[in-house]
Amino acid sequence: MAPSRDEVFSKVRAVLTEALGVDDDEVSPEATLQGDLGAESIDFLDIVFRLEKEFSIKIPKGELFPEDILNNPEYVDEDRMTPTGLDKLKAAMPHADFTQFEQNAVVSKVFDLITVSTIVNYVEIKLEAA
Amino acid sequence: MVTPVARGIEARDRSDMRWIWIDTFVDFVSGSRASAVKNVTLAEDHLHDHVPGHPILPPSLMIEGMAQTAGILVGEARGFAENVILAKIRVAEFEDYAGPGDQLRYDAEIESIDERAAMTTGTVLKNGVKVGRVDLIFSHVNQAEQTLGLPDHNFVFTDQFVDLLAEFRAGGPRGESGE
Repeated sequence: MAPSRDEVFSKVRAVLTEALGVDDDEVSPEATLQGDLGAESIDFLDIVFRLEKEFSIKIPKGELFPEDILNNPEYVDEDRMTPTGLDKLKAAMPHADFTQFEQNAVVSKVFDLITVSTIVNYVEIKLEAA
Repeated sequence: MVTPVARGIEARDRSDMRWIWIDTFVDFVSGSRASAVKNVTLAEDHLHDHVPGHPILPPSLMIEGMAQTAGILVGEARGFAENVILAKIRVAEFEDYAGPGDQLRYDAEIESIDERAAMTTGTVLKNGVKVGRVDLIFSHVNQAEQTLGLPDHNFVFTDQFVDLLAEFRAGGPRGESGE
């Protein structure tokens, strides 16, 4: 039986506290990994490895966060995502909530899409597919 | 007149700096685990400088010893095809210091490895007793990425380290069969 959302959240929180050295209470569902929890690029790799181990899932490169879309000049116009780029990003990240980002799709805000909830959603999707 | 000492200094200046914090491998299982030892000695200058009057090996150099042990393990696992850089210290915990006369042993294991990176876990023993844990992440850096300007000195292994492994496999000072 698939674990409940609370169980997934609790394990994700444990992964993030270990990987980022933050306290339990900082890991709220809406906390952004980079802005609020201070994750740097190598931390994302650490988090991916820990999630794979904790949930026995495989996380292919670019699935949790499709950085190739951001690196594609077709999808970025100066500091903003183009409408096509935004559509691509939304399609690639069904686990993220785009409500805020859509209002102002500047590239510098793109990491705000990765919140604790985003990770929990992603893990739930992976576990359902397993 | 060139004295033996001057000749030695000249020779040292010509060679790479000896940033080697392990003395020899005592176990090496490709893609799985490696163990190296380091004998701590009063001949090492830094022992006298870290805490004056109380010679100890700075724990940061115990992290480096583990990074070298695990880094070679990770590099060898993929045939030294990529450069390996220490990307993150996940855990570094020490319960005791090491001083002159102590022998440290670094036991490293690969927890996971793929084309992007490797994670290792490690135990530090002093004279056979566990005194610490050091878990690391190494990033694989390929030739294309190197051109982006990453400095060479960040890389974990040089020929000096590859020689250490070769010596172990050849049944060197403490090497057994290497298998």
